[in-house]
Amino acid sequence: MTMEIKINDKTAQTDATTLKELVEELQLPANGVAIALDSKMVQRACWADTPLKEGANVIIIKAACGG
Amino acid sequence: MNAQETRYDRQILLPEIGLEGQRKLAKARVLLVGCGGLGAPIATYLAAAGVGTLGLVDDDVVSLTNLHRQVLFSELQVGQPKVVCARERLTQLNGEVNIKVYPVRLSAENALAILSGYDIVVDGTDNFAARFLISDTCLSLSLPFVYGSIRGLQGQVAVLCVGRATYRTLFPDETATLSMPHPGKEVVGVTPSVVGSVEASQAIQLICGYGEPLIDRLWTVDLATMQSHIIDL
Repeated sequence: MTMEIKINDKTAQTDATTLKELVEELQLPANGVAIALDSKMVQRACWADTPLKEGANVIIIKAACGG
Repeated sequence: MNAQETRYDRQILLPEIGLEGQRKLAKARVLLVGCGGLGAPIATYLAAAGVGTLGLVDDDVVSLTNLHRQVLFSELQVGQPKVVCARERLTQLNGEVNIKVYPVRLSAENALAILSGYDIVVDGTDNFAARFLISDTCLSLSLPFVYGSIRGLQGQVAVLCVGRATYRTLFPDETATLSMPHPGKEVVGVTPSVVGSVEASQAIQLICGYGEPLIDRLWTVDLATMQSHIIDL
């Protein structure tokens, strides 16, 4: 069932029910991204077990190493 | 207030700093690892604020492509060691600061010896490996690690190694992190300026003990959209 969430402050539609499914749906790279759900970082190992709910606030952070 | 403290009058007026905070700054020993784009505002504002001892670690020399963002340096200094050039400029800015230079690359062999003389370590590095090393060393010495990094128009800052979070909380898989392709060197000078200034602000905040520093929290900013977030680690 499609639901509405926010990704980096923009409204988005998704069929994903977990963070892992969302990462797959968005075709994010296997490494180099971190994800916060409702302002809390979720470790990659927990993405499959983290359910995504209507209105969820997802922030995708790209790895940065410059200086 | 003694004569030397007069120069800090405008920040002493801030209730968050005051004379007490100024004296804490004068006693503080801060190590900056990396004197590049991030390092320029970090070193400048920490020296100007009256940090007592400022250590500078960098084994690189100034190059022409540095100058659009590494505003500590001048055209005449191209080819010269960054830490020596930085010390010259920072001494002109504030002769009261004890500036120690380490013209070396931080390594597993020297990290413990260099970091152990300091109270806070601030990140001006440009690679993942150095940050793993700093984080691990800070954790073993119980030193706060003010982490900051940039990517193009984006940046992030966190205070690590004092609460739960370390650099390994951000990047749990060191091997996978180090094997990622380099994101690229494209950057506009204002990105490290903004991010380095926030790092310097965090260091001053930790020294003086005001507000809510980014302990176990990651601040992110995108200068293209001005979106900014704070994430619990």
